[in-house]
Amino acid sequence: MASVTLQDVRKVYAGGVEAVQGVTLDIPDGSFTVLLGPSGCGKSTLLRMIAGLETITAGTVSIGGRIVNEVEPADRDIAMVFQNYALYPHMSVYDNMAYGLRNHGVPKAEIESRVAQAAKLLAIGDFLDRKPRALSGGQRQRVAMGRAIVREPQAFLFDEPLSNLDAKLRVQMRIEIRRLHNRLKATSIFVTHDQIEAMTMADKIVVMNGGRVEQTGAPNQVYRFPATRFVATFIGSPAMNLIPGRVVESGLVDVGGGRIAFDAATLPTEVGREVEVGIRPEDLRLAGNGGGALTFTKDFAEELGATRLFHGMVGDAAVVVALAGPAPAGDTFGLSAAPEAVHLFDPASGNSLRKA
Amino acid sequence: MEKRAIFGGRALPYLLLAPQLLITLVFFYWPASQAVWQSFLLEDAFGLRTDFVWFENYNHLFHDGDYYRAMATTAIFSIAVTALSLSIALLLAVQADKSIKGAGAYKTLLIWPYAVAPAIAGVLWLFMFQPSLGLVARGLRALGLDWNPLLNGDHAMALVIMASTWKQISYNFLFFLAGLQSIPRSVIEAAAIDGARPVRRFWTIVFPLLSPTAFFLLVVNIVYVFFDTFGIIDAMTGGGPAKATETLVYKVFFDGRLGGNLGGSAAQSVILMIMVIALTAVQFRYIERRVTY
Repeated sequence: MASVTLQDVRKVYAGGVEAVQGVTLDIPDGSFTVLLGPSGCGKSTLLRMIAGLETITAGTVSIGGRIVNEVEPADRDIAMVFQNYALYPHMSVYDNMAYGLRNHGVPKAEIESRVAQAAKLLAIGDFLDRKPRALSGGQRQRVAMGRAIVREPQAFLFDEPLSNLDAKLRVQMRIEIRRLHNRLKATSIFVTHDQIEAMTMADKIVVMNGGRVEQTGAPNQVYRFPATRFVATFIGSPAMNLIPGRVVESGLVDVGGGRIAFDAATLPTEVGREVEVGIRPEDLRLAGNGGGALTFTKDFAEELGATRLFHGMVGDAAVVVALAGPAPAGDTFGLSAAPEAVHLFDPASGNSLRKA
Repeated sequence: MEKRAIFGGRALPYLLLAPQLLITLVFFYWPASQAVWQSFLLEDAFGLRTDFVWFENYNHLFHDGDYYRAMATTAIFSIAVTALSLSIALLLAVQADKSIKGAGAYKTLLIWPYAVAPAIAGVLWLFMFQPSLGLVARGLRALGLDWNPLLNGDHAMALVIMASTWKQISYNFLFFLAGLQSIPRSVIEAAAIDGARPVRRFWTIVFPLLSPTAFFLLVVNIVYVFFDTFGIIDAMTGGGPAKATETLVYKVFFDGRLGGNLGGSAAQSVILMIMVIALTAVQFRYIERRVTY
C-alpha cells in the first residue's frame, strides 16, 4: 500500500479545453478517498491520470513517493475498476482474475491460491468457469473487484463502478466495498457523482467543480462546514437553501422574509454587507407561536414518510423545509434555525465567510 | 428487439419478394442446374451428337493429371493470397485504429483499391512488372534479379498473388477496422493496467476478440480467390506460362470456352460449387456458435 500525491496537476486537451486546472492533493496511505463532482468536473480525468491512461500536461503524480508521470500503467502497480466493468469477454472468470498475475509472472500455484482467496471473499467461487456474459450485473461487478484485489496493488482506483447497477444493488455493493476496504486497508480512490455514495463511503471527500478542487475534508466536515456555495448545494439532499440577505447587526441578517441570527464568532462580517444565507432544509424548525425568525409561505408538500418536504417562499426566495411530526396548520408559518446552522457566503465569489 | 411487418393481403408479400426471387432463379439456380445437367453429357468432336454419360466426365477429371495440378496451383494461390491479404489488412487496420493525424485520409486511400475492377487491377500490375517496360521490373533487374513473369512460372504466380492480394486488402481492412473499433476501449485499458504491454495485449485481448471477424474474412477470402480472381489471372497471365497460374476456376473457363469440352468444364464447375457450399456451411455453423462470446 502507498500514499498518492498530486502536485499542481493539469490536463489540457488538444482543443485547448482545460479539464483539470491545477489540482494538489494528498491521499494518505490506506485511506478511502472519494472524488466527487458533477459530470464534466474533471474527476474521471484526474483518476485516469493517476492510472496512467491519460497523459499529464503539467504537475506531478506520485505513488508511494515515486513520481510516475512517465511510467506506463502496467508499471504503476495500481488496479482499476471500471464503470462498465471492462471484463475480458472471451475469458472465464478465473482467467479474468488470473490475467494480471500471469502478466506479472506470478507462479501458477500462487495465482491459484490468490484467486481462490479473492473468490471466497467476494462469494464468486461458484462461477469461476463462467464467461462474463453469463453473469448478472452485480456478479460482474464482483469479478471486476476480484480482478483488482488479486493483484494486491499499491492503490485501487474506482471509476464510478456502481452507476450501472440498479438502486438496491448499488446500496448493497456500496456497503460491501466499504467493508472490503476495512479489511484490506488498501489505499482507494473512488470517483462518483453521487453525493450519498461519497458521504457513506469516504474517509475523505474531494469535491471538484470545473476542473478545480472546491473542498477537501471528512464527509461530516464537508457537510457541516461547506467552504463554498457550490459544495453547500452539491452535498446534502434536498440541497441547501440559499437566500440573499444583508447583515443588519453583528450576528443578525435580514433576508427579506424575516431576520435570522448567526454565529458572529465564526462568521465575522461587517454590518451592512450583502451576503447569501445558506440553511439546510433539515436545519429549519417550526417556530413556536409568537413568531419565529422567518415567515414561510407554503406552496406544496412532499410526503417522504419519516419527514415531509415543504416547498414555498421566504420573502422572494424559494425555500425547502424538511419537517418531521404533524403538519403545521395553515399556509404560512414561522421558521427558525440554530445560529450555528446558518451559513453565510459571499454573493460574488461564492466562498464561505466562515473564519478558517 | 423484434422487427416484423404485417402485410394486409396475401399477394403483396409475394409481389415484393418476386424481383429478388426472379433474379435468384434466373441468374443462380437456372445456370447452376444447367451446369449439373451439362456435367452428365458428352459431346463428340464435331458437335453432331450428345450422349448422356452419367459420371464419366467426373471419372475422367479424377484421372487427369492436369486437374490435380490446377488444384495444387489453386491451393498455393489461395493460401498465399488469403494469408497475405488478411495479415497485411490486419496490420494496416491496427495502425489506422490508433488515433493518428490524417487518419481519415489514410483510411480513404486504403479503401480505394477495392473500387478498382479486377481486370484493371491486373493490367496495372502487369504494366508495373512487365519485363521490358515495367517500372518495378526494371528495378528488379537493376538489383540483379532476372525477372520475367512471361517465361518464369514462379514469377507469374508471384505477380498474380501480389495483384490479387492488393485488391483484397481494402475489403479485409474495412472489416478489421470495424472489428477493432467495436472492442471497448476500457477492456484494452484494463489490460494495460493489468500489466500487459501492447504486443501481449494484442495477442491476448484484441486478437481473440477479433477472431469472429477474422474467421468470417477467411471464408470470404477463400471464396474470393477461388472465383473473383479470374479477371486478374485472365488479364495478366491467361493461366500461363505453361499453365503455371491456371487455377480451378480458370481451368473451367479454359476447358469449356477455349477447349470446347463443355461436359468436363461443367463437371469442374459442379465440383467448385460443392466446395463453396461446404465452405459456407462451415462458416454458418461456426459463426453461429462462436460469434457471440
